[in-house]
Amino acid sequence: MTAAQPLPDPTTAPEEPAVATPKAPRLEALYFALRNPKLVVGLSIVLLFLLVGLVVPPFLEHTPGERYAPPLLPPSAEHWFGTTQFGQDLFTQFVYGIRSTFLVGFLGGGIAAVIGMTIGFVAGYKGGWIDEVLNMLTNVVLVLPTLAVLFIIAAYVDSYGVVTQSFFIGMTSWPWAARAVRSQALSLSSRDFVDLARLSGVRPWKIIVRDIAPNMSSYLFMTFILLFGGAVLAAAGLDFVGLGPNDGMSLGLIMHQAVKWGALQLGVWWWFVPPGLGITAIVGSMYVMNVGLDEVFNPKLREM
Amino acid sequence: MLKFDRVTKVYKVGAFGGGEFTAVRDASFEVRPGEVVSLIGESGSGKSTLGKMALRIASVSKGKITCDGIDVSTLRGHRALKDYYRKVQGVFQDPFSSYNPIFKADRVFSMIREEYYPEVSQSEWQDRVAEALKVVRLDPNQVLGKYPHQLSGGQLQRMLLARALLLDIDYLVADEVISMLDASTRIDVLNLLADLKARGMGILFVTHDLALGNYISDQTVILYKGEIVERGVTEKVFSDPRHPYTKKLFASVPQFHKKWEEVEAELRAKEAADTSTHPYHLEEGQEVPSELVQVSEGHYVQPFHRRAAV
Amino acid sequence: MTLEVSDLRVYYRTLRGDVRALDGPTFTVADGEIMGLAGESGSGKSTLSKSLIRLDGRMRYIGGSVTLDGDEMPIWDDRAMDEFRYKRVSIIPQYAMSAMNPTRKIGKMIAELLESRGVRFRDVRDELHRRLELVELERDVLDRYPLELSGGMKQRTVMVISTLLNPSLLIADEVTSALDVSTQRAVAETLVEFRDREFVKSMIVVTHDISLVYQIADTIMVMYGGRLAEKASAKTIIEMPKHPYTKMLLDSLPEVGVKYEDKRLSGIPGSPPGLLNPPQGCRFRDRCPLADKQCLEQPPFVEVESDHHVACWKAE
Repeated sequence: MTAAQPLPDPTTAPEEPAVATPKAPRLEALYFALRNPKLVVGLSIVLLFLLVGLVVPPFLEHTPGERYAPPLLPPSAEHWFGTTQFGQDLFTQFVYGIRSTFLVGFLGGGIAAVIGMTIGFVAGYKGGWIDEVLNMLTNVVLVLPTLAVLFIIAAYVDSYGVVTQSFFIGMTSWPWAARAVRSQALSLSSRDFVDLARLSGVRPWKIIVRDIAPNMSSYLFMTFILLFGGAVLAAAGLDFVGLGPNDGMSLGLIMHQAVKWGALQLGVWWWFVPPGLGITAIVGSMYVMNVGLDEVFNPKLREM
Repeated sequence: MLKFDRVTKVYKVGAFGGGEFTAVRDASFEVRPGEVVSLIGESGSGKSTLGKMALRIASVSKGKITCDGIDVSTLRGHRALKDYYRKVQGVFQDPFSSYNPIFKADRVFSMIREEYYPEVSQSEWQDRVAEALKVVRLDPNQVLGKYPHQLSGGQLQRMLLARALLLDIDYLVADEVISMLDASTRIDVLNLLADLKARGMGILFVTHDLALGNYISDQTVILYKGEIVERGVTEKVFSDPRHPYTKKLFASVPQFHKKWEEVEAELRAKEAADTSTHPYHLEEGQEVPSELVQVSEGHYVQPFHRRAAV
Repeated sequence: MTLEVSDLRVYYRTLRGDVRALDGPTFTVADGEIMGLAGESGSGKSTLSKSLIRLDGRMRYIGGSVTLDGDEMPIWDDRAMDEFRYKRVSIIPQYAMSAMNPTRKIGKMIAELLESRGVRFRDVRDELHRRLELVELERDVLDRYPLELSGGMKQRTVMVISTLLNPSLLIADEVTSALDVSTQRAVAETLVEFRDREFVKSMIVVTHDISLVYQIADTIMVMYGGRLAEKASAKTIIEMPKHPYTKMLLDSLPEVGVKYEDKRLSGIPGSPPGLLNPPQGCRFRDRCPLADKQCLEQPPFVEVESDHHVACWKAE
């Protein structure tokens, strides 16, 4: 047995033509990522909003709640998005709203991702009764009427900010992620290389983190994106029905106030259209990005 | 000594674990240092399950497996298991699935170093790896720093053997290690096992291939549907098979210089010539006991009904 | 002659260039002959068997001809091959057992297959029943789903289906490699019986297991690196091979009864050549102990003795 050319044997490996650019599965992914219009467009929009939310607020003279301008002004050079019935600047509200939208996304999605992935990995890797118990827990949370629970919590908690809201959303939205991660981890755990890691005396958590997770990194990333989008939507829903943070500003809250003060009847479109579009744009771009990522990571979907 | 003592493995199947499936029943045999024991059986015979139990990848339902006197299933905690894996290691069937595809193949060595020899200096470690690779006849320059898909199946399996050598193990479970390798190079990997045996290693060689088992092993264990039907010194089992299943297996394996009919005729003739009744012949209606019966020194068979068709 | 293949070349298209998987074999399969086709992975044996049925997307016909019972098969034309496929040349694919649609009853599947080939199911039903009986399958397998059958039963069912229209040539691609030894034998012997009963005229049995084809084949053809190495009667190949590759390969295979203490076998050093840019001349050259300058030129596949063809300059 000497120099073995990795002969791409056409009879046994029909899936993999001899593209073998050996070292670079990651570079290859990047190559396809930059050429995927869905991913590039989605990512650009999300980054644009994120940038606005991060950079703009310090430059604004007023706070979102401050009543200083004439009421119900339509968009103008002075007030880009117009003003509310109380003379608050809608652009200021919008920018702060984006901030909290991302905060909810990262925090809520992040908490859900951490819980869901932890439970999914442990259940999938360990199996046996641990799996059964975790499965039961997952199913219980899965069938909880999430919105109702959030209603109750929101109604009883006094100081209720964006962070608290994110926390509750995160705590209730992880089950599907746990299930998805579990099934992937389960199939990877039965691979020989995982057994070999066990035989090398590697601790279970290390096997999960270093052998199993890297093999599904794209999958985990996509799971996070979906959780992010889900958290944003859940927060918007809560805000819109009036269960939003009582100290803070969010896109959903703007819409809630617009409806509450009759912006629909008054035809004050600038009060409710921008926040609605903002949420749609952010979540929509996320989903488009997700489809793009799927195409990048899954060679079968790649358009050659 | 790696000793299997009436080992049974029962899997729970079906919804709520209601059903049971016995993969291995009352299997007893031993692997001594410097000895190759081949565990021969068809798919579903439980041969791989036995190997997995010895490696503690699967648990033992009943009976016990002891390694140099220590009951393997009593090893609790990470520390104890880790020490056990210093003595007992495994190599599996599919070389490509044994390596994490996104990392370089030599990671199997660095994992060992990280877990067992963190104090060893880099240069000394490299020497040790080179030494182990030499034993398995690999050129370090050709295999280190490469991804699994850049290496051949034979090279990958040799690297796993080298990995086991780094731990200086006493026993190796080799589960169908060459069945996926190319015909012209597989025998060399098999010979390596013989070399390891000569170094005093005890090897449990799991295979479905009679010829390979015969070539390499000192002891042979024939498994059928989870039960050992015949075991003993390889020469005796191969030259004088007694159990109907063993005979059927021998008559079915394709050989080079004998056609199936000839082999079958030989076995028939032998059977016809032997009209005496042996202790391992059961009366009609008698249950098959779990204990094997001695045929001759170092050759045991599970009692069977004389005209039993397998 | 049932089958005449002449200088057939089929390459695989890849981004880096053509993989010369099948590089010009010329051979014949006589009427009633069961030919074992042996070789390691990458030898071209699977490419050859696939080429005689259907070229898949990445396979490219380069040249050469295939004649079945005197008619040229247009293997480069997928459509035109429909005339031959199943009716005159049929295959038992490697993963036949898993290829069956699990949600379709077997009988229904057969009927659909026949209709799609323009044959009425009713016309062949009696024959189908007879043949199922012959392979010891109950008639009611037709009313069952593939899932309900064991591996051996599925394999026998597929054998009956693929030979139902009495094709001239049957290609059995690694049909026994997924089976246990005891089932393996029954399946292999059924192949012979199909030939004896003239359900098929001739047969190519593709396998990596030489000892298996030795049991059932009349002749054995050994391939290496996309080319033919040797073809002769099964007995001759096993007992008096002439090509160094065949010799060394056989010497590396342990047989029941051989123990390493008595006779330590050794493999062939090196590994098969890459076929993307295969070496010039004999493809076994790098691993061959007899190789010299002459081997830089490709050895022709010639008849050195009656019915014994070898592609080696050193073969006497």
